[in-house]
Amino acid sequence: MGATAEIIVFYILAAVITVSSILAVTSRKMLRAATFLLVVLLCTAGLYLLLNYHFLAVVQLSVYAGGILILFIFAILLTSSKGDRSESHDRRRRIAAFAAALAGAVITIVATAKHKVLYGDNATILGDNEIPMKQIGHALIGDGKYEYLLSFEALSILLLACIIGGILIARKR
Amino acid sequence: MWSFSQLTDWIDRSLHSVMGDGWALTVEFILIGVAILVAYAVLALFLIYAERKICAFFQCRIGPNRVGKWGIFQSVADMIKILLKELIRIDNSDKFLFRAAAFFVIIGSICTFGAIPFAKGLHAIDFNVGVFYLTAVSSLGVVGILLAGWSSNSKYTMIGAMRSGAQLISYEISAGLSLMTIVILSGTMQLSEIVEQQGQAWFIFKGGLPAVIAFITYLIAGHAETNRGPFDQPEAESELTAGYHTEYSGIQFGFFYLAEYLNAFIIAAIATTMFLGGWQPLHIPGWEGFNRIMDYIPSVIWFFGKTCFCIFLAFWVRWSFPRLRIDQLLSFEWKILMPICLINLILMSVYVIL
Repeated sequence: MGATAEIIVFYILAAVITVSSILAVTSRKMLRAATFLLVVLLCTAGLYLLLNYHFLAVVQLSVYAGGILILFIFAILLTSSKGDRSESHDRRRRIAAFAAALAGAVITIVATAKHKVLYGDNATILGDNEIPMKQIGHALIGDGKYEYLLSFEALSILLLACIIGGILIARKR
Repeated sequence: MWSFSQLTDWIDRSLHSVMGDGWALTVEFILIGVAILVAYAVLALFLIYAERKICAFFQCRIGPNRVGKWGIFQSVADMIKILLKELIRIDNSDKFLFRAAAFFVIIGSICTFGAIPFAKGLHAIDFNVGVFYLTAVSSLGVVGILLAGWSSNSKYTMIGAMRSGAQLISYEISAGLSLMTIVILSGTMQLSEIVEQQGQAWFIFKGGLPAVIAFITYLIAGHAETNRGPFDQPEAESELTAGYHTEYSGIQFGFFYLAEYLNAFIIAAIATTMFLGGWQPLHIPGWEGFNRIMDYIPSVIWFFGKTCFCIFLAFWVRWSFPRLRIDQLLSFEWKILMPICLINLILMSVYVIL
């Protein structure tokens, strides 16, 4: 894809992400907020696709859109009743939220300003440079340098603990 | 064997000779999008007609026979009718989510549809992680169904959506595990490569017993994912009027209806691609003359023939078995189907190593 086309797609995605993120935190209805969050996550997957990170884009889709968001929606459907609206925030909360947002913006701007932006003239990003699935798999299950067997196994133990905890809570006898 | 890439290359070259690179690319994107949408709509019309006819024969009726010869234009007439219908506004419903839900369902379905290799050289989205992409994108439909059930503000739709969510999430696991079995055999997730590897023998023959078991479990799990057949509790008409899309009318209902039929097609097409060789003709090693005759049949006919066979199996099951209860359905998945899939995965690994 040409560089200009990529930049146009990037700006469309960025605009959708910004608008939906703001809507996600300002919406009074829980389920609407969750839906806008879903749009944000989908557009983030689009950004990964733009960077030729196909694997990460698909993981983003399947884990967030297919897993976590459905969990959120289920939890909202089971706990809140129709017409529930979140109460408006008090002043202290608003100030804290503004401070947090400002701090995040400052960190991002400083980080982008301090580093050279490679996007646009980096040969490994533009073009059809896909990382093969096999290489990712070997990196995840390898025990050499820059390979992640230990964290992979630690995460699976964590998930196992979660499953056992869930069963314990669900089967109170 | 004639390849569609000759046609697509010709379009590509002639576009580039007329206009600049950027515009040619834009026109190509639009062309592909229009082609996919048209194919989606036409296939849906064909499938609705086929389902009505097959259902009629199973019930010893004739089925649609008034519009055109043998009623072949019946679904076209139905389409015009559904386009002209009123969109009824529901009081006290969340209007925004109510409208958005239908789009989530159909977008998930179209994204999956675009990644299917229809014929030699006719393949729109070909990722390195193709199989993973298929399972990931198809899960978007669940969100749409849950939102539709909640936002219509009705008990029936809510119960339907909850059942559907539980069912889809459960059966996705079995469907994914069955596809993984074939990924172990082929060593790649790219759909074009998977089809390419089946040139000599389809995976269902090459993979031995584990591949056959995976094919059967995939058909069952996929059938359950489309909310059809004995697994249609989410829209059980005797209990829930129409389940999660009770309150929808006009073309918004049409979206759900379209997505349901196309999901049946997509499941059959994925089964064809992964197990029955995609567009590859039937080759038997050693029978040179036979193989050459099979090569003369175009790849599109092979693909659609095999897919129609899988769809016919699904229709056959749908009109032959009574509906299960929701608890039977879920315990079938978690206690029977998923353990079989996991054991089958190990079997396939042993088969590949040996």
